Amino acid sequence: MADATMGRTARAPARREAMVSPRARRTITSVVLAVLCAVWVYPIVWMISASFKTNNEIFGDTGLIPDAPTVENYARAWSEANIGRYFFNTMFVTVGSVVVTVIATALMGYVLGRRRFPGRGLLMGLMVFTLFIPQGYTIIPVFELLTTAGLGQSLWGLMLATCGHSVVIFTLLFAGYFAQMPKELEEASRMDGVGPVKTFWYVMLPLSKPIVVTVVVLQTLQAWNDFLLPLVITLANPDLRTLSVGVYSFRGEHFIDWGGMNAASAITIIPIVILFLFLQRYFIDGLAGAVKG
Amino acid sequence: MSTADHDIPAAGPRTGLGTRLWAHRVDYLFLVPGLVIFGAFILWPMLASQYYSLLDWSGFDSRRIFVGLRNYRELLADEFFVAAFWRSVWFTLATVPLQMLLGLVLAVILNNRLLKLSAVFRTLIFLPVVTPVAVIAIVMALMLSPFNGPINDLITGAGLVQRAVDFLGSPQLVMWSLAGIYVWKWTGVTMIYWLAALQTVPDELYEAARLDGVTGRQVTMYVVMPIIAPFAVVIGLISAISALNVFPLIQATTQGGPFFASEVMEVFIFRTAFAPPSGTFPQLGYASAAGVLFGLAIMGLTILQVLAVRRTRRKEPGHG
Repeated sequence: MADATMGRTARAPARREAMVSPRARRTITSVVLAVLCAVWVYPIVWMISASFKTNNEIFGDTGLIPDAPTVENYARAWSEANIGRYFFNTMFVTVGSVVVTVIATALMGYVLGRRRFPGRGLLMGLMVFTLFIPQGYTIIPVFELLTTAGLGQSLWGLMLATCGHSVVIFTLLFAGYFAQMPKELEEASRMDGVGPVKTFWYVMLPLSKPIVVTVVVLQTLQAWNDFLLPLVITLANPDLRTLSVGVYSFRGEHFIDWGGMNAASAITIIPIVILFLFLQRYFIDGLAGAVKG
Repeated sequence: MSTADHDIPAAGPRTGLGTRLWAHRVDYLFLVPGLVIFGAFILWPMLASQYYSLLDWSGFDSRRIFVGLRNYRELLADEFFVAAFWRSVWFTLATVPLQMLLGLVLAVILNNRLLKLSAVFRTLIFLPVVTPVAVIAIVMALMLSPFNGPINDLITGAGLVQRAVDFLGSPQLVMWSLAGIYVWKWTGVTMIYWLAALQTVPDELYEAARLDGVTGRQVTMYVVMPIIAPFAVVIGLISAISALNVFPLIQATTQGGPFFASEVMEVFIFRTAFAPPSGTFPQLGYASAAGVLFGLAIMGLTILQVLAVRRTRRKEPGHG
């Protein structure tokens, strides 16, 4: 094997990396990567496996395959930890905030990117200035505002506030994208007697699909992973907890039930992982759009 | 400012402001939803925080007493605040370079189209990114547990250490452990950013370099790197900002402990405002002042980075 490799690359200069054929190098790379990836996802695989084990078995040295697989942890997590309810809450906040965010930021980005209206410079300046404001800076007034508006104890309040996290970045992404489009687009539709709202909805928004995908992906990740805001809003109201906060509280309340915790964790990650596996291309294009845009 | 490029010729610069506002009425209508969200959850909280930072205010229902800059003076003398501030800086410096380097190496390897399984590897490396921090906190508490945790079993079994290491329970080790967990969780995103940057390298360049007899490693070092280098500033900025906002991971994993050893800025703010130690009152004004100082520091960092971007842009060929 080694001889054949040497023979095939004999013409190449005698550098160390040229000693091995490209194909053999790729195989070696693949093996190294496979080992790395196995280590990389081991904690998650271990967690899924532990979710089928009894509490005693988890800390016994039994490897990844449970001796006597049990779904009891899942039943306990579902009933005691209220995971079903948290699941619904998370879906509501995620889907709602994605819809609101996409529409609001696309509209605002469209106007900022294509119109020279009075006040545009001021608005752009304000937005850039607040681009990287940390959540710790805004959380107290946000909580107070929601309470004053009567939304401090509601999923709607949580959903709306979740829209706020990245509204500036998303708007700027849309503005940059819309600004590059030819201005004949609106002229053509005005000639045809199409109103501005229809032009936006049927012409401009479909054309900005790459940015829409980026915003949907980033906002989904944001909402599903969000922690500080739901934690603060649900401190006094456990019924509104999202999965993240629910799993966190489960740990605080049942701190020795590791089997239940792992089952609750598995329930939390399974939907987002499935979503990711199916929409992987969009996730990757979406994130890539954030850097290129 | 010329108005020649927009689509409402009637609203030239010489027309009155009222006319121009009216001419753009549909635009303003379009702005409403975004402005409501931006105003309510970004702009107003920013301004309000600055006002609250001047108050002695213990709890949302209690009286607010104006105390001027007292909160700021006390903060700068508060060892917990100062420690938390530098801990946030340390955390950023410890994680961002490692995360960027690891992400870059993975991206360069996985960018090879002939590598058949690269999509599978990419997916696996991305998996921790979509795993919520509350889950990661539980998994890592188990993984790193000093009582029969798999990692301790491994290193004691291999004879690397005599006794089990308490990765998350030791004040000396906890920040390093958290930095490691953080890099593990987020490198997948950095890798995708670098892969996006690599897409901007034209195929012809690889081809040309290969025909010139340049080796793969040389292509990467001398052809690809200079092209994607400008992206480093943007990726670095995004990574630094998220490392400064590490609240979820730390609150979920250690809650700032043990003995405040992992209390970063936002954990400090959360504790002061929403989860005061039993027997004490929340200090909303004090926490707001901490938030303002932290926000100003991040803004300073952002401005520095923007200046850096401008400088790299200017250095590009064609701009002298």
